[in-house]
Amino acid sequence: METVVEAAGIGKKFGNLSALKDISFQIGTGEVFGFIGPDGAGKTTLFRIITSLMIPDEGKIKVLGHDPVTEFEEIRKHIGYMPGRFSLYQDLSVEENLRFYATVFGTTLEENYHLIRDIYSHIEPFKKRMAGKLSGGMKQKLALSCALIHQPRLLVLDEPTTGVDAVSRSEFWDMLKNLRQYNITIVVSTPYMDEAMRCDRVALIQDGQLLQIGSPGTIRDGFSRKLYSVTAPEKYKLLLALKSFAGTESVFPFGDSVHLTLKEGVTVQAISDYLEKSGVVGVTMRETNAGIEDRFLELMNRK
Amino acid sequence: MRTILYLIRKEFLQIFRDKFIGKAIFAVPVVQMLILVPAVTFEIRRVNLGIVNQDMSAESRTLVSQLEGSAFFKIRNTSFQEAEGRDWLHRGDCDLVVHIPADFGRELGKGNPVKIMVAANAINAVNAQLSWAYLNGVIRDYNLDILAQNPGKSSYLPMATQPGSVLKSEIVTPIAIGAKSDIPDLKSEIQNPTSDIPQIQVTNRYWYNESLNYKYYMLPGILGILVLAIGFVLAGLNLVKEKESGTIEQINVTPVKKYHFILAKMFPFVVIGMIDIAIGLVIGKLVFGLPFAGNLGLLFLGSFIFMVAVLGLALFISTFSDTQQQFMFTAFFFMIIFILMSGIFTPIDSMPVWAQKLDMINPAVYVMRINRMVLLKGSTFNDISGDLLMLSVIAVAFTGLAVNRYRKTA
Repeated sequence: METVVEAAGIGKKFGNLSALKDISFQIGTGEVFGFIGPDGAGKTTLFRIITSLMIPDEGKIKVLGHDPVTEFEEIRKHIGYMPGRFSLYQDLSVEENLRFYATVFGTTLEENYHLIRDIYSHIEPFKKRMAGKLSGGMKQKLALSCALIHQPRLLVLDEPTTGVDAVSRSEFWDMLKNLRQYNITIVVSTPYMDEAMRCDRVALIQDGQLLQIGSPGTIRDGFSRKLYSVTAPEKYKLLLALKSFAGTESVFPFGDSVHLTLKEGVTVQAISDYLEKSGVVGVTMRETNAGIEDRFLELMNRK
Repeated sequence: MRTILYLIRKEFLQIFRDKFIGKAIFAVPVVQMLILVPAVTFEIRRVNLGIVNQDMSAESRTLVSQLEGSAFFKIRNTSFQEAEGRDWLHRGDCDLVVHIPADFGRELGKGNPVKIMVAANAINAVNAQLSWAYLNGVIRDYNLDILAQNPGKSSYLPMATQPGSVLKSEIVTPIAIGAKSDIPDLKSEIQNPTSDIPQIQVTNRYWYNESLNYKYYMLPGILGILVLAIGFVLAGLNLVKEKESGTIEQINVTPVKKYHFILAKMFPFVVIGMIDIAIGLVIGKLVFGLPFAGNLGLLFLGSFIFMVAVLGLALFISTFSDTQQQFMFTAFFFMIIFILMSGIFTPIDSMPVWAQKLDMINPAVYVMRINRMVLLKGSTFNDISGDLLMLSVIAVAFTGLAVNRYRKTA
């Protein structure tokens, strides 16, 4: 597998703040590679470096075999970038935006229509509408179409699903999957842990540092302890009680339930006794499989 | 090439899609011309004059009627009381008060020099000096009349060197409420023609603007200001807007060349500027009867280079402005300096030397000169080639700075 992005020891500072520290990774051709991390983790900064919009302070990076600092012109011909913020011309129509980006990349809408057909067909009925008047999901589809129109070899998507409804998010990932047939490498970032499962490989990023890189399965399996899913009608009370329990290793809310890990040698019996004593009623407790989020929080706490 | 054409097309599309801007860029010059050309003038007309006449002789009445006959003065008040005259100035009823003393006619009849007193409101020093000069002219005429009517009188005046009657007048410290101490004294005396007869008759002809029509002077200058505002504000804001809305981020990762991008931003505004100049000229001709003494092609050439210079600077400023506010603040700073130092209102020659040196990089200076010389004087290419050259140097420099400073990376 050929390497599309290769980074070694990337660092970037804004004044005294280290946005990125010693970032190293490799992304291969055709991979869907996800950067998962909370807001402010450094995802956008990293993407701006990959897309040659920002120069790193430290480290080496190669994108499509070129250095983004010196050979940015070569890179810019072959990447499609979708910034986190909608940045197409709001006062141009859907079609005008698309044709504009096609021309800017020296191609035409007709020539590469096959690439975007699946995505563009959703918004084509509104092609005369101003881009600024589109809904969030439609804006996102247009932005993806514009990023794809020149058949890029590398597609960089910065939080493409933020602010988009759940159905559109799912649709969006289906579209990305379809792009595999064109052998387009996709680098995507998201704050949503559930989307990590849709990537081939993910990198967990926190405070400008990579915590772990691997396939979603590997990362999940890295979770080293038994994980319990605990529920009770009074979730907040349950959470407080578990936090005050001496045998608790980590506890955090997870959907309707609370995810709990216990310290070495603490039994399930001990915890249910404690909860009963604390006056938390209707407690159910069962072992569950760890998700990416559990692993992420485990790694975060360890740090 | 296809890319840059498409970029230009996109800019035009965006400008005219904005319903307000699309219309305003053509309406603004029309309104500006119609308002500014007749309104901005240094001509002084109908200065409010107050007369305190304590004399009431035939001689003083002649003087008053001569003042009345002048187009520059309008007699608002007359009185016998000196105190009232001061009141008029205080209240702002009159800008100029002429005080004729009680013995004016008698002394004049005896062939003695007499004095009248003139008080001027000098809050606006230029106005005061001009009114004073006009008044002086009337008094001088009056003096000459006295001399002409009494040709023989000089012989029986006691001193041969002081024949005839000489009017002396002086401006007293201007009376201005609240600003008394700030205003300089304007004191002068007319020591008038000592001799009656052989004297030099001055007839003058005003070249290039024979009727001294102030509009002809202002109009070519306003043509320059017109495109300055459009180019500077619109083009600069256009680029900053792309930054604010983030669209520039998307453009930056495309293979679009820096100079393509900058040129595509400039082109539409140059075209719009030229159309505005044409509109301005048509209004100048039809509404104000502006003469076109020279080749209009030269005027368009000058304005074209001027536009490029202005747009270059505007885009340069916008490359280091992150918000529209930052840009407007900086742009306003430059525009005010450019306009006020352009020579449209005040002659450049009377500015301090350092300011004149600074003005070398003010593109508005050259366009004012070119516009006026071409329209009023009929200057040829050779006459304005120096200005055109300087303007070109500035245009290339500013545009170069903009292209250079515009970064596709951070």
